[in-house]
Amino acid sequence: MKHAYTWAAIWAIIVASTAGDVLLARAMKQVGDVGELRRRRGLLVVIANTIRNPNFILGVAAMAVAFYSLLFGLSWGDVSLIAPASASLTFVANAFAAKLFLHEKVDRRRWMAALLVAGGVCLMAL
Amino acid sequence: MTLRKYLVLAGVTVFGAAGDAMLSRGMKEVGNIAPHHVSELILAILNPWVAIGVLLLLAFFASYMTALSWADLTYVLPATSLGYVVLALVAKFMLHEDVTTARWLGILMISAGVGLVAGGPSKTETERSDPPADMAECVAEAAGRGVEG
Repeated sequence: MKHAYTWAAIWAIIVASTAGDVLLARAMKQVGDVGELRRRRGLLVVIANTIRNPNFILGVAAMAVAFYSLLFGLSWGDVSLIAPASASLTFVANAFAAKLFLHEKVDRRRWMAALLVAGGVCLMAL
Repeated sequence: MTLRKYLVLAGVTVFGAAGDAMLSRGMKEVGNIAPHHVSELILAILNPWVAIGVLLLLAFFASYMTALSWADLTYVLPATSLGYVVLALVAKFMLHEDVTTARWLGILMISAGVGLVAGGPSKTETERSDPPADMAECVAEAAGRGVEG
């Protein structure tokens, strides 16, 4: 079961953290440049605008699922497998998700970067 | 990109890596948690290493949110992976652990990936000027785009 629990946790982390990343990125784009907003209207406004954003709330919920999946996974498997395996697959999933949901221009340069980083993270787990 | 923005990205890298390392150490002390005892995961926070890890990950989260407010997700994400490189370099030069050839190759690939992204623009979200307000609209639109090709 150890193996099955570990990989179930890895897949849960990938799905939850990709959803969380996309939602949080969308939320922060809606809030706007935090540095500028803080200079103009103060830190409290930045925090209030952020935590009232529905995408932020959903994103944090997704990240909480990812976090507890990580803790669950770490209690069964090695961090040297779980962290890189989930991280590298999340990079590729995120490149797709960012193009699809956030309309980021994921050009050849960014695809290559996503694959290089994903491959590199895998190698570091060996 | 200003110096302040590069510092925020450095915070993403360092806090993320240090937080993960602390969590890992803590969960080794906590031990295996069976699926029917999932509530024990909440108590895992009481372990000091897990607690420090959570604090560091909160710092990571703040830097990450700040970075996402002015840069693309696909620009910020590679910065998180630089943390693995930092951990390996700490292992090699401060803890004097052996770093295998595969790991050096991994370091090279991650660095190359980060370099590629960093060399390009930090924000490309220009395909449409008004971002859809909610995810439902966004998903519907993305599905439409998928059908079109």
